[in-house]
Amino acid sequence: MSAVINSEKIPNNVDLASDRKLGRALEAWQPRFLDWWREMGPEGFQEDLVYLRTAVSVDTDGWAHFDYTKMPDYRWGIFLTDRVSDRRIGFGDLMGEPVWQTVPGEHRNALRRLIVTQGDTEPASVEQQRRLGLVCPSAYDLRNLFQVNVEEGRHLWAMVYLLHAHFGKDGREEAEGLLERRSGNSDKPRILGAFNEPCNHWLSFYMFTYFTDRDGKYQLLALSESGFDPLARTTKFMLTEEAHHMFVGETGVGRILERTCELMRKNPSEDARAEGGIDLPTIQKYVNLWYSVSLDLFGGEISSNAASYFAAGLKGRAHEDRYPDHMALEQSLTLDVPGQGLELVKQDVALRNAMNEVLRGEYVEDSQRGLDRWNKILEKAGQSFRLRLPSTRFHRAGGIYAGHHFDPEGRPVTREEWERRSGEWLPTEADEAFVRSLMQTPIYEPGKMAHWIAPPAKGIKGMPIDFEYVKRQA
Amino acid sequence: MAASDKDTPAPIVRFDTEPSRYRHWQLTTEGPLARLAMKVDDAAPFRPGYALKLNSYDLGVDIELADAVTRLRFEHPEVRCVVVTSAVPSCFCAGANIYMLGSSSHDFKVNFCKFTNETRLALEEAGDRSGQRYVAALNGVASGGGYELALACHAIYLQDDGSSAVSFPETPLLAVLPGTGGLTRLVDKRKVRRDLADVFSTLAEGVRGKRAKDWGLVDEVFPKSRFDDEVKKRALALAEALPGKEGPGVKLPPVAVERRDEGGKSSAEYRHVSVVVDRHKRVAELTLRGPSDEPAPSPAAFRERGVDNWAFALFRELDAALLDLRFNFPEVGLIVVRTVGDPERVRAHDRALLALAETDWLAREVVLHMARVLKRFELSARSIFATLEPGSCFAGSLFEVALLADRSYMLDAEGGPRIGLSPANFGPLRMANGLTRLETRFLATPARVAALAGETELLDAAGAAERGLVTFTPDDIDWEDDVRIAIEERASLSPDALTGMEANLRFAGPETMETKIFARLSAWQNWIFQRPNATGPRGALTMYGRPERPEFDWRRT
Ligand SMILES: [Fe+2]
Ligand SMILES: [Fe+2]
Repeated sequence: MSAVINSEKIPNNVDLASDRKLGRALEAWQPRFLDWWREMGPEGFQEDLVYLRTAVSVDTDGWAHFDYTKMPDYRWGIFLTDRVSDRRIGFGDLMGEPVWQTVPGEHRNALRRLIVTQGDTEPASVEQQRRLGLVCPSAYDLRNLFQVNVEEGRHLWAMVYLLHAHFGKDGREEAEGLLERRSGNSDKPRILGAFNEPCNHWLSFYMFTYFTDRDGKYQLLALSESGFDPLARTTKFMLTEEAHHMFVGETGVGRILERTCELMRKNPSEDARAEGGIDLPTIQKYVNLWYSVSLDLFGGEISSNAASYFAAGLKGRAHEDRYPDHMALEQSLTLDVPGQGLELVKQDVALRNAMNEVLRGEYVEDSQRGLDRWNKILEKAGQSFRLRLPSTRFHRAGGIYAGHHFDPEGRPVTREEWERRSGEWLPTEADEAFVRSLMQTPIYEPGKMAHWIAPPAKGIKGMPIDFEYVKRQA
Repeated sequence: MAASDKDTPAPIVRFDTEPSRYRHWQLTTEGPLARLAMKVDDAAPFRPGYALKLNSYDLGVDIELADAVTRLRFEHPEVRCVVVTSAVPSCFCAGANIYMLGSSSHDFKVNFCKFTNETRLALEEAGDRSGQRYVAALNGVASGGGYELALACHAIYLQDDGSSAVSFPETPLLAVLPGTGGLTRLVDKRKVRRDLADVFSTLAEGVRGKRAKDWGLVDEVFPKSRFDDEVKKRALALAEALPGKEGPGVKLPPVAVERRDEGGKSSAEYRHVSVVVDRHKRVAELTLRGPSDEPAPSPAAFRERGVDNWAFALFRELDAALLDLRFNFPEVGLIVVRTVGDPERVRAHDRALLALAETDWLAREVVLHMARVLKRFELSARSIFATLEPGSCFAGSLFEVALLADRSYMLDAEGGPRIGLSPANFGPLRMANGLTRLETRFLATPARVAALAGETELLDAAGAAERGLVTFTPDDIDWEDDVRIAIEERASLSPDALTGMEANLRFAGPETMETKIFARLSAWQNWIFQRPNATGPRGALTMYGRPERPEFDWRRT
């Protein structure tokens, strides 16, 4: 296994050349992937030259390779972090046993399900974002969107590699299925709810990359602990790409906040909307929306699947080594569970059964950190408004809170109150129409920014902000 | 699990319900179609301690289903196709609730499975015999008992949306077997290839879309956007191919009963049936009363009497009494059956009913109902003795009760009881094995059945004994002691051994899908449910939902 990525038809560091069978399977899948990309990838930009980062090696500096590429020519390939010698399973009932290099039959179906579920999110987000380029706020942002898109495409490759290499015919069929489902299509929807939500303007895009890609980060962290070593090494490498996606989200929202504060200062009644900006309460509503749909992605608070994944060594906790104990037996987590009527009752849940909730808890903390940075921007601008994460009970479609109603503070409310007030908490159709109205025309001219967003602090890879990040060929 | 066998006090189980009281099903009809949509209220389990997530079911859910299936036959003759579906998004039915099974006593589990099986067979029979076909519209995941419910339907349609699937996760996840005839129907009814059935039954996540169709697990798959339309189109086509029935239907009022509990005896007094349970002796005395009126003189009069027609009323009450015994009196080991009335009158009612059943759907439904109740009786895991005493009316349809008993005692005395046969004994009230009770009784000498068909006179004890129709015929000197001793002796034997012995002896003759389902339920399913690999302290069913993984004893038995 080598840190250097070769330059074969399918770039890889897994010595694909010596595994003819796998090579053939992936070569057969490649044209189908490209068809999918042309059909469902960014609409209207396939011939343009985009200043993209491409991995040339899996070392940290192997990342620093930037060049103009047409997106369909992007070097999608298969990269795993290097193998750690004598790696052992780090948690669960099989703690201390050598990790598996091949799939144990007993866990084949569970692992396949985990990989397919993760894999399905990758092309889904490309599909959700495919029309955003047509209303981009700047060439810089356009390039970032495409960087995210091609990397999600590569994440799909990573999961397909695992399916092809380790799951035989079933795996190949699942790999086909990943290209057949379509985000938001009720006949063949993507597997998880948030990945069927429309993401049709840039405020949602930044929120998505901040909140939903962050779910991806935590899922990848948990999977990178897996006793199935190829999965652990694949997901570890994917994490390096995921970090950039969250950077796009955090700085995107940050720049909107900056601009909004500027516009508020201009207006005698501090009305950002009147000045063509996005007002702070609306931004809060989008935080509420994307945070809550992303919380659902972690799965049920009380889950026998989560317990058996942990017990079997398939999926651990994020940064498992930071926990003092890796068996997670005889411990419990106390949850507030909906009881009769509007009350919440405490329930102790065995820790292993609460693993989804443990991971969600880490995610909540991590989400808060970026929010604090956003609030610094507001504070610096002299605004008293602060963004807040709603309660984890708010607006949930899965888990123990689904079917019940809570306000953003997590207080139970009646259905009537929910119906009356949800427009205060979540974007209404009018909010959607307003935000979209700000983003009618794309801005491709280098260095120019849409009215509702501030420029970034700096360009990409030391380039100036007005660098030509996307060379339009049309 | 072992602990909870003792800890959970069994709640009284009542089977009376009606659509306006359903908590878990929505029943609507539209012309020749009915829609039976499952929407289980997860906060309304049959007893506290678990939530009915994902349209999983327990006895309370199945009591409503059984009620709906019965009512559709009697109250909605215009319905010719029933679409069974789910009103919960992306989930058809997750089968029997695992936590309910995990916290139930063994006898409850077995009775629960038996009851659910009887309901599914009744649903199947409605399609075959009553011109009311069920189709399953799987608009979400159908796992375990959910898929078994679908298997009991005439046709299965699966939504092709990438996530709707059919599955039997019992073996891979819980180390038990599907408990409502699923494995049998897979290969016997749907004739799924056994190797594919083997793969399917070990694949916890199940099979979706085109593959489900290719393997024969479902009949057709449709995309979500067309699913409702395509199902409706097919349901209508099925309905139109069946003959219509002349309405109106007959409303089924609750079965009236008066209960008493005193001096160690519990009694239930119905109009034509009474049950007295001696809790100490663990014996139930069941008395069935013959008709006191003449049979309805015309089809119109029969319709008008409705549920008050003697046979209909008696068998509805007998059904209620049997379920009451099964669920609420688990320690009663022996049922002693008596009849009171005029045997000629029973035969007159039989003849009138069967003649009418040739042309009238309601009469036919009543006969089918009687057959189902008799099967329920002989499928009850209790010893059954019939005692034929003076003033009894073991004739025709009521003689079937003597025939299904494990043995019968008939008093041989001056002015003693007389029995008689009617057309009811020669075809309409068949057992699960497809034979009449007389055919099963005389497997070695089929000619005797033919000879009995010519017997029109009532028979006394000597005549009955000579023809092999009763077991013992003590005279009045021996009667009391013989019967008492037989009862006491029976009540002292091991209940498990008796259950197995009786089930072996009761169902001689050919196997049918129905006999296989019940035999395998009692043998394999119940055995596996008792094994440590399922319900031991580290068994898979015990450990399900718990943080640790199960441990198996790898020895094959
Ligand atoms: Fe990704
Ligand atoms: Fe991402």
